[in-house]
Amino acid sequence: MTDQTYALEINDLTVAYQNKPVLWDIDLHVPSGVLMAIVGPNGAGKSTLIKAALGLIPRASGDVRFFGKPLRQARRLIGYVPQRGSVDWDFPTTVQDVVMMGLYGRLGWLRRPGKAEREAAFHALDQVGMANFAGRQISQLSGGQQQRVFLARALVQAADLYFMDEPFAAVDAVTERAIVSLLHTLREQGKTVIVVHHDLQTVTEYFDWVTLLNVEVIGSGATALTFTEENVRRTYGGRIGALPPALNGSTPQREGVYVA
Amino acid sequence: MLPEMRQMLPEDRRVWRFIGVVALLVALGIPLSVALGVQYDYTLTNVALGGALLGVLCGMTGTFAMLRGQSLLGDALSHAALPGVALAFLLVGREPFALLVGAAATGWLGAQLVGTLTNTTRLKQDAAMGIVLASFFAIGVALLSYIQGRADASQAGLDKFIFGQAAAIVQRDVLMLAAACVLVGATLFAFWKEFKLLTFDPDFARANGYPTRRLNLILSSLIVAVIVLGLQLAGVILMVGLLIAPAAAARQWTRRLEQMIVLAVILGAFAGGSGAVLSAVERGLPTGPMMIVVACSLVLVALLFAPERGVLWQLWQRRTAHQLTKEG
Repeated sequence: MTDQTYALEINDLTVAYQNKPVLWDIDLHVPSGVLMAIVGPNGAGKSTLIKAALGLIPRASGDVRFFGKPLRQARRLIGYVPQRGSVDWDFPTTVQDVVMMGLYGRLGWLRRPGKAEREAAFHALDQVGMANFAGRQISQLSGGQQQRVFLARALVQAADLYFMDEPFAAVDAVTERAIVSLLHTLREQGKTVIVVHHDLQTVTEYFDWVTLLNVEVIGSGATALTFTEENVRRTYGGRIGALPPALNGSTPQREGVYVA
Repeated sequence: MLPEMRQMLPEDRRVWRFIGVVALLVALGIPLSVALGVQYDYTLTNVALGGALLGVLCGMTGTFAMLRGQSLLGDALSHAALPGVALAFLLVGREPFALLVGAAATGWLGAQLVGTLTNTTRLKQDAAMGIVLASFFAIGVALLSYIQGRADASQAGLDKFIFGQAAAIVQRDVLMLAAACVLVGATLFAFWKEFKLLTFDPDFARANGYPTRRLNLILSSLIVAVIVLGLQLAGVILMVGLLIAPAAAARQWTRRLEQMIVLAVILGAFAGGSGAVLSAVERGLPTGPMMIVVACSLVLVALLFAPERGVLWQLWQRRTAHQLTKEG
């Protein structure tokens, strides 16, 4: 039934908040080694999809497998970058400490991070261009720097499959470039990265795989084949302001909101 | 490789040195009070120790309560404990352990009710807390008046739970608080990195496979236990002040959770100990308010004078920036 070559395999996933479906009957097969964007309008359930897959919110039904394994056996294979607005950045801790949190799971109970962990954290910070900030209080970081710290924390997890929730949201150009180059490094290492993305303009440029989501999966596959004007319109239901240049040009047609 | 890989950062060393100085000053408070004429007889020693130990407990758990945004929940919880004290007294009489169990029971119930109200009705959490806090406290006061009205000698002192009474501390209370300190301290030490992660980023902890629900329960239970243990000393109305104030003051001066909790423990011990002694020396002064006056003075000083986070520091920085732009 399950195929080892799929980094992420979701079958019949439904998530509901107070009897209202947020995700409806999701089937998704993400091959190993791709950089995949999840795009869709606000409220389409993009973040919810990631959180439901990782077991952070309860699902009404459905089966999720990572490299053919259930979540419980696949934890060590998964790295997670939450939305940076989801934590209090005034928490009393330093940049290096936050990055080391990515290693807590591997350390196990009762053991404290030591020299090896500090070095791993420092190396990961170096990869995102934040090595000079290792001892900095996290409350002193800019938004883009916060994002890079979160990325470094996921990097030390040394996972095979990464989930990133809106890493490009409201970051500076330096950070955007750092994330893109990081994504390419990860792909060269054969990792799979799944990114909740909101900027349609850059989908084709940054990602080789895409899932269009609006409560249901509208389309999923190689960007070149799947990221078509028709699919984008079906996903955004005609409510779209600016189509990517590649897709723009024909007469707009209104289809109304596409909701299951 | 940068220096922070190998040794402590100069900023951190400065903070630890500051914490050391504060600890020294607090310790100096004991000979100072003796010089001022305070006589530490058997009773007063118990009072001072009890207050200080409660402060230590508050510093340890208050740090987490504050960072988890549960300060007001602690307030609702301590108010909701009052009817439990009264009920336990009505059921089994003045039995210290029963009173604690009663307090914990209705306190816990109150906290749960806040959650239920927020989840099932359109009430926001602050409104739910306001309602629960007021109604439970009202029931508690009504029950206390009823108990007071009965011609029964054993009822004496139950109303002290409202504002706290440290003069009644006996050695057994001190031992219990000391045991609680060891237990809470050991738990926090054992699960230090887990509690830190859980407080900073619960989603990430959960995605890493940590049993966050169980860890949450342990941490919340510690906070509840400390509140309940402190009720008799600090009183239900002001208990939350002693829980949060040392942590709030400590946050101003520190940059790491480790530093914050150590400083909160020292400041808590000072506020609890000196508050208890002040109230016991001046007969009739309730203990809770005295502890809170001390603790809140510490917060005031911290809010004003702490480097970087303090008001004066920020004013000064703004002025310097202003002058720079003028000159430039």
